[in-house]
Amino acid sequence: MTNGWIDIKNTDMMLIMGGNPAENHPCGFKWAIEAKRTRNAKMIVVDPRFTRTAATSDLFCQIRAGADIAFLGGVVRYAIENNRIAKDYLINYTNAAFIVKEGFQLPEDGLYSGFDAGTQTYDKSTWNYEEGGDKSGEAATAAPARGHTGGATAANANAASTGGSAASQGQQPGSGSGPGLTGQGYTGMGAGGAKAMEPTKSAPTLPGKVAYDLTLQHPRCVFQLLKQQYSRYTPEMVERITGVPKDQFLKAADTFTSVRKDGDMKKVGTIMYAVGWTQHSFGTQIIRTAAILQLMLGNIGRAGGGVNALRGHSNIQGATDMGGVFDIWPGYLKAPNPTDTDLATYLKRVTPTTSKPEHWDSFNYWSNTPKFTVSFLKALYGDAATKENDWAFNYMPKVDRNYSWTQIWDAMYRGNVKGMFAFGMNGVAIGPDSQKNIDALKKAEFLVVGEIYPDETSEFWKSPGVTPDEMKTINTTVYRLPCAGFAEKDGSMTNSARWLQWKNVAVPPPGDCRLDQDIVAQIFLKVRDLYQSEGGKFPDPILKLTWAYTNTLHPALGDLAKELNGKALADLTDPKTQITIKRGQQLPGFAWLKDDGTTSCGNWIYSGCWTEAGNQMIRRGTEDPAGQGIYQNWAWSWPANRRVLYNRASCDPSGKPWDPTRKQVWWNESAQLWQGNDIPDFKPDSNPKDHMGPFIMNPEGVGRIFGPLAAFADGPFPEHYEPIESPVQNPLHPNQSNNPVVKKFKTAADKYATPGDGFNIICTTYRMVEHYHYWTKNNPMNVQLVPEAFVEIPVELAQELGIKGNDKVKVTSARSFYIAKAFVTKRIRPMTIDGKKVYQIGIPIHQGYRGIQEDADRNARTIANRLSPTVTDPNAYTPEFKGFLVKLEKA
Amino acid sequence: MELSRRNFLRGALVGGAGISLLGFDLTPAVAQLKELKIARATETRSTCPYCSVSCGVLIYTIGDKAKNVTPQVIHVEGDPDHPINRGTLCPKGASLEQDILNPRRLLKPQVRRPGSDHWEDIAWTQAIDEIAHRTKKIRDETFIEKDPQGRTVNRCESLAWIGGCTDTNEFNYLVVKTMRALGLTYMENQARV
Repeated sequence: MTNGWIDIKNTDMMLIMGGNPAENHPCGFKWAIEAKRTRNAKMIVVDPRFTRTAATSDLFCQIRAGADIAFLGGVVRYAIENNRIAKDYLINYTNAAFIVKEGFQLPEDGLYSGFDAGTQTYDKSTWNYEEGGDKSGEAATAAPARGHTGGATAANANAASTGGSAASQGQQPGSGSGPGLTGQGYTGMGAGGAKAMEPTKSAPTLPGKVAYDLTLQHPRCVFQLLKQQYSRYTPEMVERITGVPKDQFLKAADTFTSVRKDGDMKKVGTIMYAVGWTQHSFGTQIIRTAAILQLMLGNIGRAGGGVNALRGHSNIQGATDMGGVFDIWPGYLKAPNPTDTDLATYLKRVTPTTSKPEHWDSFNYWSNTPKFTVSFLKALYGDAATKENDWAFNYMPKVDRNYSWTQIWDAMYRGNVKGMFAFGMNGVAIGPDSQKNIDALKKAEFLVVGEIYPDETSEFWKSPGVTPDEMKTINTTVYRLPCAGFAEKDGSMTNSARWLQWKNVAVPPPGDCRLDQDIVAQIFLKVRDLYQSEGGKFPDPILKLTWAYTNTLHPALGDLAKELNGKALADLTDPKTQITIKRGQQLPGFAWLKDDGTTSCGNWIYSGCWTEAGNQMIRRGTEDPAGQGIYQNWAWSWPANRRVLYNRASCDPSGKPWDPTRKQVWWNESAQLWQGNDIPDFKPDSNPKDHMGPFIMNPEGVGRIFGPLAAFADGPFPEHYEPIESPVQNPLHPNQSNNPVVKKFKTAADKYATPGDGFNIICTTYRMVEHYHYWTKNNPMNVQLVPEAFVEIPVELAQELGIKGNDKVKVTSARSFYIAKAFVTKRIRPMTIDGKKVYQIGIPIHQGYRGIQEDADRNARTIANRLSPTVTDPNAYTPEFKGFLVKLEKA
Repeated sequence: MELSRRNFLRGALVGGAGISLLGFDLTPAVAQLKELKIARATETRSTCPYCSVSCGVLIYTIGDKAKNVTPQVIHVEGDPDHPINRGTLCPKGASLEQDILNPRRLLKPQVRRPGSDHWEDIAWTQAIDEIAHRTKKIRDETFIEKDPQGRTVNRCESLAWIGGCTDTNEFNYLVVKTMRALGLTYMENQARV
């Protein structure tokens, strides 16, 4: 979230899409209801199903799963056509005025300039700003950007002649930033979001001085390109793609953009989403469209505004922040690749340099990357990380390709991953394509499962369909280690509002269960003993890892939290304030970090969570003097305890709040400082007349309506593509129906359906308030509330197929099948997509083959994700769990 | 027997209807009799492990806090002071007591051997010893120091870590530390999916 749960109460307008918070985040959703109650805020819900959230909305649009970019693109077009734009915000706080290089082409045929069909990648050298100065007077003479006219062949020829290759995946400094991305899987905030592919030797960079036209008239300025890009997303086209009738769409577009009616800046609108947006082969770009819309409307950085990833789990925000995924280190630092032959080369590649109009200022906070990186390496390797050995940079593994979730299972299926540790992670049930994951585990040498309940993953070897004879041939050794539950552990979790909240231990683990951290520590220390006594391949990173925990076999989470926060390794003095921090003391925050080895910090964005004043995450101050739900003294929020990100943008360029009744931060002229009810997310002494951009994590200092260079794998603007399995060809460009850079997997298990094969019903998956993924099927109360698996089927489809409520039905995809009871409902209506009648069905994901009901043989013991395909978003690598094709019949 | 206030009230109740005997309504006093079951419990502030709202929860346990006494959970409820959930919980949060006190919990380490059709018990020390030996063996057999172009990569591609969504920040950090030190590149989390 750019904002937070309680902050929703400050809004005037809500668009909830790709999420169902009334059901999945009920205790946070109360703040949406609060906004309706106290501010008369309006709520628009767009979803494939009439959900519990939709039931509380002012306007509901039923959309086809996977058509979100078309809907939002249509709203962008509507806002431009009707001048529902925050003009001062757009010009000063976004790259709308920046001029894009000649040669850049919009995807009128489905492809941006630079596509290479052979590698399915883009050469992105034209996706860049033009170097230069003020071009305001040159609009009339400049050549416009053009769409492709020659189709894919011409584009490919063009790509070939410019040397387009896998090179186009190269990482660019500062890529992946911009508002709205905090929720996209690992993408997070700032530089970490980009693709971890190998760059070319001469990857293009952003120009230091960007050409611009503040009149927004230049045909190649971002605003004109945006206008041209979405001119194709007419209400008629929106209806053809999304199935939302034109008049309903127009009502939604008019309502949402009404906050900027007549240019008034006081009102604020928010957008909320969850995995209904991320789980597509173009998921990142859906969120991009929302970010673009919010930038145009001036809704980012403001109380009651933002692009808010509701997220699904208690600590996936924290897991992402901590670099729990292959391509980032803690704090969204990029994982190094083999071209980073030494630390200096790595830092040069990943540290962005400023790119902006000459007379503007840019804080470019990622320019501090060397401080964060060296401090991280010092936290890991302590005294063994020296200037002479490049701070142990080469102890860290280098990645040069995609090692993400689906790749793990694919590599194991191919016999390349031989051992797996799964802690609190039921990978078989999570899918996609659960059967592929089961078959992959059959080929592994060993599996270690840390769990509190018996789960599908640890029992893959006796999953339904495995015969006694086959079981004898499964040679995987499985260790199932009993872990501690939430009440038995302390430590912090980060909610979607970026609050780090510390919890306490209530009871010890039962039986012979051990704390998760003890298990990992004990395995690691045993491996370390073996390297110590026997030697082995490259033992240094193992032998020299810091382990300064009071009890080595039982590292206290408090010790780890202090390590995350960081400490001084030498006496430090701030030259301005003359404040000194003694060697060994906890740091007050990341501003103190150094790149000379005098500080250590496990995760720079968490610096400030455990200072000399103690554990900040355990704070319980309930005061909220501004009444905006900031709660500055409750827990601790990253970064630097700020509650609303980019909050400088809540003020006009002169530093005055757009809405004086919702003052967050402001420029105090007499003090020459930014002050506020929240902590300014800005350089504290930057005078507004210096025109420093509010989006300090971008090298431009402004929000990116155009995502330049390698920011995104599939285009600088979002374009509607069909899901990999779709009942229709893309009405915008039938010859380029899917996302061109998305690659299908190629093992025998990877099958993809077409409507021609008889798979013509769209299937989407979801969760229910009574259940939580695959755990609560072990909880008697939750099982009592929703005991049985079901499939939600439109009345009309049920009638066509002769299915009645409670009938047992079988859903079949190209991969496998799922059996459950029919729940015939009016909550999903038949739709007309591009003139064709299309049905959607919905499946809750909560059942499996181990649970109270499963063990009593009271359900079919199938997993919903047996149906879903292995294919992912090209930016976030999140699988396409939503909107695949199935058949439906009576079982 | 000493006549305590409680016994007196009880006696009064047994003796007949409160109002007729004493001439005033005893109901509030009777209500006071029924002590809240959490009155002598220890209150522990925790966080719900399910969705990303992270509601505050209060876990109530009893036990005399002696070293050899295990506290028992007797009640779980929403934390009324928590600024987001303000005491409310959803059906999942409201059933957390049954998550803590659950007969289906795994209580001892187990192993399933190659070709076997059942779980066997295994001692912790042996399980950790076997896992460590396997980890080292596979790492040593497959560790890649240089890529085909001769550039240092120092990675182990044949082991994978997949982490869960309720893992704490501190545990995740320990995982990043140890798994990156082993050279793992296949390191992923629920955050991806």
